[in-house]
Amino acid sequence: MATRAIVSVPATASRGQVVEIRTLISHPMETGYRVDSEGRPIERNILRRFTCRYEGVVVFEAELHTAIAANPLISFYLLVGDTGTLDFRWDGDHGFMHAESVPIRAG
Amino acid sequence: MHRHSRLAGLIALALTTAGYGADLQPTGFDFMSAPTQRMQRDDALNPAMLWVQDGLARWSQREGAASVSCASCHGPTPRAQLVGVAARYPAVDRELGRVVDLGQRINLCRQRHQRAEPWALEDDALLALEVAIALESRGLPMAPPSEPLVMAAQALGEQLWHKPMGQLDLACDECHDQRVGRRLAGSVIPPGNAVGYPTYRLEWQALGSLRRRVRNCLSAVRAEPFAQDSPEMVALQSYLAARDRGLLLQAPAVRP
Repeated sequence: MATRAIVSVPATASRGQVVEIRTLISHPMETGYRVDSEGRPIERNILRRFTCRYEGVVVFEAELHTAIAANPLISFYLLVGDTGTLDFRWDGDHGFMHAESVPIRAG
Repeated sequence: MHRHSRLAGLIALALTTAGYGADLQPTGFDFMSAPTQRMQRDDALNPAMLWVQDGLARWSQREGAASVSCASCHGPTPRAQLVGVAARYPAVDRELGRVVDLGQRINLCRQRHQRAEPWALEDDALLALEVAIALESRGLPMAPPSEPLVMAAQALGEQLWHKPMGQLDLACDECHDQRVGRRLAGSVIPPGNAVGYPTYRLEWQALGSLRRRVRNCLSAVRAEPFAQDSPEMVALQSYLAARDRGLLLQAPAVRP
């Protein structure tokens, strides 16, 4: 499957409101500790870092490790300021990178 | 999931367990933990929605020698024409004159109209289309057709359901009819419903079909699993659909 990501951001929020942001991304999060049916080790392939920027400013960041499940859900709370753009970015092994941009409207 | 919750700083809410049709018989959903139920209830938490998104993208993608997409015949999204379809499968394919499941039906469409190679039955691309179609039947009652060929498949499926298999010499019904709610090792034995497929299983860390689930059970009793495209596999699915008649579709469900 091509990389798919789902970002849930409230359509509108008022300035000063705290809202929940949820993200899901398709990723195998292969630990590197498993072997295939022939006994050969399966190379590690995980997401290493997740970043959310709000108008360019980092508002949430997470380091990911091997113990995290495939297709990880990351959710966090955001204090709404001005109307702007949320930029989400996932970085992983083997040069993996996926980005999503979602507008947030402060009413 | 617990890891997810912690990472996300989510607070498990006190949810009632009678989520799907409180007046209906319990399904696997009712035996799950509250956090797993919450994952299924909320599309923003359900990883199966990633496959749905993929399926919707594939829906309008032109494929095969004929260069047509699903959308070319069936409308812009599965909602246009395929509402309720997943609740009726397995069903008869007139050209083949036999019963096929939804995945096989999609592959037939692919071969006949797109003139493309069929996907392997557990291919992510096929699962993605299957789940995008199944979503349009979510909340509708299971309604397998009452056609002679389907009823014959159901009868064969019912025989298999009651037949002891494998080195453990266990029949499906010994667990999924007679010991529902009790434990097999650490896991609660569910009623064995067909209503949630394709399902995101936390154990698989992926979306999978009812065929895959049946294969799991068969290898667990140390029987040689039926081939994915065998008449037995379709028959068992037909029986399960008949057994679940009237239960509301939950696809894409989440299961532990």
